[in-house]
Amino acid sequence: MSRTLSAPVTVAFDYTRSTGPVLGRFLTGLRDGVVVAGRTSDGHVVVPPPEYDPVTHAALEDFVEVSSEGTVTSWTWVPEPVKHQPFDRPFAFALVTLDGATRPLLHALDVSSPDEVSTGMRVRIRWAEERVGAITDIACFEPSDSPAPDPAAPLGAPAGAVDPVTGIVVPVSLDYTYAASPEESAFYRGLAEGRILGQRCPSCGKVYVPPRAACPSDGTPTAEEVELSQTGTVTTFCIVNVPFLGQRITPPYVSAYVLLDGADIAFLHLILDCPADEVRMGMRVKAVWKPREEWGTTIENISHFAPTGDPDADFDTYKHHL
Amino acid sequence: MRDVAVVGFAQRQMPEFDGSPTCVELLVPLFEECYEQTGWTRRDVGFWCSGSSDYLAGRSFSFVQAVDAIGVIPPVNESHVEMDLAWAMYEAWVKIQTGEVDTALVYAFGKSSAGTLRRTLSLQLEPYTMTPLWPDTVSLAGLQARAGLDAGLWDERAMAEVVDRSLRDAEANEYAVRKGGSSVEELLARPMYADPLRKHDCAPVTDGAAALVLAAGDKAREVRERPAWLTGASTYVDAMTMSRDLTVSESARRCAAALDLGGVDTAELHAPFSHQELVLRREAGLGEDVRINPSGGALASNPMFSAGGIRVGEAARRIWDGRSDKALAHATSGPALQQNFMCTLEGTI
Repeated sequence: MSRTLSAPVTVAFDYTRSTGPVLGRFLTGLRDGVVVAGRTSDGHVVVPPPEYDPVTHAALEDFVEVSSEGTVTSWTWVPEPVKHQPFDRPFAFALVTLDGATRPLLHALDVSSPDEVSTGMRVRIRWAEERVGAITDIACFEPSDSPAPDPAAPLGAPAGAVDPVTGIVVPVSLDYTYAASPEESAFYRGLAEGRILGQRCPSCGKVYVPPRAACPSDGTPTAEEVELSQTGTVTTFCIVNVPFLGQRITPPYVSAYVLLDGADIAFLHLILDCPADEVRMGMRVKAVWKPREEWGTTIENISHFAPTGDPDADFDTYKHHL
Repeated sequence: MRDVAVVGFAQRQMPEFDGSPTCVELLVPLFEECYEQTGWTRRDVGFWCSGSSDYLAGRSFSFVQAVDAIGVIPPVNESHVEMDLAWAMYEAWVKIQTGEVDTALVYAFGKSSAGTLRRTLSLQLEPYTMTPLWPDTVSLAGLQARAGLDAGLWDERAMAEVVDRSLRDAEANEYAVRKGGSSVEELLARPMYADPLRKHDCAPVTDGAAALVLAAGDKAREVRERPAWLTGASTYVDAMTMSRDLTVSESARRCAAALDLGGVDTAELHAPFSHQELVLRREAGLGEDVRINPSGGALASNPMFSAGGIRVGEAARRIWDGRSDKALAHATSGPALQQNFMCTLEGTI
């Protein structure tokens, strides 16, 4: 048995971002199949255009259209692509200086082996089939036979943008193997046996459930295991009336802090089996477990807490735990 | 300016930490080591500052959980940066300079192995034109390495020499997760990984934590016969874009220019990729007589959020025991040496 329990976790969020006038101009160009660069005060033509001039710090307003063909100025092989990169098989990332630009753009290059890439090679943009105004409107670069223009064609101002891009959505998702601490692992393994385990701080004597690696009051490592009672007292609670994504119980219902008998810290759980408006501070409650065949190493083994019917606890018994 | 010194240092580094990403159980023994080194209790620490990231942990408020390891009754004066330990130390140094506190304990932690580190780090990039492509850390370093190779500023042999020296020195470092020198020829004979990088050119994914203790004036002298006085500190950042000249690090050059590097005999440089040490040596103008990365450096172990501060700690240890009279410590963050911190540590002031 490993020291700790672990489980896969994916954290995902779609970031909605406004683009502003400069990146918006660049992304509008990509949607329309042209590459818009910015001319900076030091004479460089930069893709993507920077929002502010790197020397004068003035807002950048001088846009020029550059070619969709260019030259590789650096590259690296990607032998083991990670999720959501432009290709799910080996490819190259490259810095490409487009004809007309003086600074390179980072993007993927579609080649099947490092032998097919070299600095100085000519490449062109392969546009995505469907373009929405995002850097991924450039599907990738691909090798090109056309030579570099000599001299570089004069740069024209890009056509005025119709229906400009003002925002993008960037989905982000990260996969983790999330491990519980050794103390939390003991807690979850206890739950799988129908027990609620905590730990006592050796210096201040406080009992924490779930157990923590160190006493948050004094920083002392905790070691002594304590099995807690399955009954406790509602110290404080709220009635959930607002629906939200992923909600499993129909509102109204009660989330409460339950101070188990023998514990010095309350933990959050549901109070069911009674009308929400009857839940009160001091109410005595007991753990209601799911059928044993449904148990795992999870707090969900305890379905909820329900009133014991005993008289309410005296305020003095929990006043230090609010 | 107040005289401030590094007087304590503790570290843990490992390929894979079998525990929670809040790392509380790693931090408790680290703090105990700091208390032992200083003779202090937690109540002697005037200011706490930590460095960590929830993106690495895969959970929210991991730094708040980590505060358990301090013990906060009575409440403590505490702060956090989503940056390396070296920048947490910089905040503490500023705090001590204000005169509000005389002592500080700074710490950092990270469980890099919880996710795919080189992918997770894509989220520190420019979110409009870079993150959607998920450019991984190794690829961005590869683009930088190639730029220098093509420009003739370094070659594969120079990169292999950095690796060989680092992994030899790492043999004496109990915390190194990769160690053991071979020869430059043997290293060059190994296959390419992310061409132009071989696997040994890239720092190993490392979990870990570290802590540094700072004290001002007599408080420092009470702790150490020979405190490592922080005689200068500087931090600069370059633009995020990869369209800058990757063969140089202007921010590192500015860091070095802001310090008096005369007489530096030892440098601990935070270079997670072999060629980056070559860039840093050039930008700091370090000569052949400067001992580089006696600890083995980041190519031997590179725990996210503490590896930069560990460079400060390794330099400080060498000041304490007299092996160095003046050392340079450096930390980096961001893609391709985008952000840099440097400080000098001296045995006498």
